Amino acid sequence: MSVIHHLNDDLLVSYAAGALSEGWSIAVATHLALCPDCRRRAAVADAVGGAMLDDLDAAPSEEKSWQAVRARLTSGSESGKSRSTGRPQTLPQPLRDYVGGDLDGVRWQALGKGASQLRIKTADRATQVRLLRIPAGKPVPEHTHGGRELTLVLTGSFRDGDTIFARGDIEDADASLTHQPIATPEADCICLAVTDAPLRFSSWIVRVVQPILGI
Amino acid sequence: MTALPDGQADKSMTELLLAVGRSQDIDAFETLFRYYAPRIKAYMSRGGGSASAEELMQETMVAVWKKAALYDASKGAASTWIFSIARNLRIDAYRRERRPEFDPNDPAFVPDEAPAADVAMAAFQDAGRVQRALLSLPADQATVLKMSYFEDQSQSAIAAALDLPLGTVKSRMRLAFDKLRALIGGDPS
Repeated sequence: MSVIHHLNDDLLVSYAAGALSEGWSIAVATHLALCPDCRRRAAVADAVGGAMLDDLDAAPSEEKSWQAVRARLTSGSESGKSRSTGRPQTLPQPLRDYVGGDLDGVRWQALGKGASQLRIKTADRATQVRLLRIPAGKPVPEHTHGGRELTLVLTGSFRDGDTIFARGDIEDADASLTHQPIATPEADCICLAVTDAPLRFSSWIVRVVQPILGI
Repeated sequence: MTALPDGQADKSMTELLLAVGRSQDIDAFETLFRYYAPRIKAYMSRGGGSASAEELMQETMVAVWKKAALYDASKGAASTWIFSIARNLRIDAYRRERRPEFDPNDPAFVPDEAPAADVAMAAFQDAGRVQRALLSLPADQATVLKMSYFEDQSQSAIAAALDLPLGTVKSRMRLAFDKLRALIGGDPS
């Protein structure tokens, strides 16, 4: 099964440029781990950065800079071995590091109606990052956004209108969209959700309890 | 701006970087340093942060020396790889955020289908071709790209600085990237 719903170019370019904040970048990097197509586009965006670096006007380097760096060069070099566990994992890196392990270790926080979440801490105050678990066949409460929302499916799938999103697929929703994702009936759906403002739920009852539940 | 003649200069940069990775060739590294150090310093001084551009340049070049054995020429040109090291150090220094990145050795990582990737990679290893593509962009699109790459500005910060709706900034980035991809290759679709 390959990914059908990909990253928008503006996200890929901002990520490659280093201009995308940490919260959004987690969703981008996790999607890239699952999507060779987007990795090819990301490589083009990196090459743009390389060409821009080549293009910068540069004064000649100073001799003392070279001497300073030369003095810091040691003979040891880094090898490419990463500490891969070898064990099958559901959450790809870098997400697993943020969660603190794979899904089996997650301590879910109930959201009501069987849904639950795990908040993910980052240094980025402009976004909210969390895992959401939606029970099979159940909806995420209907909501609109103060801004953008990226939802990346990790297990199971959800339907939003006529569109199905499965593992690796990313839904990119903006403030104008009121949508109702519903987990497909076969299995619970776990996804990564990144928003740039707290969600505003359409129902006043949910709005009242929203601050209490912390969603 | 001086475009490299058909990527020849960058081709030799790539060979120099490979020599550093293979045998810690100090002469090759010095040539790389003379070329990249001033550019990296210029890049670091555009971020607007408080860290010293000189210090960040030195850190980048020391990292290039240490990590050179990890450089894989089939994934991109030397300047692309060095840019990514500089960019990550800048994020760390100016924003104090981590930069999340995928790990190709992770068991959950979905690998490339090798032949397609080889074909696609060839074109944008040619840094001269990428530079020429950049020069062909309309000014308004080039501005938005430069603000992203050089000034570390988020889409909303660019929108505010240029007094444009956020949607316009996004669409300029997409148009610019569409055009670059068409000129450089790398996307089969």
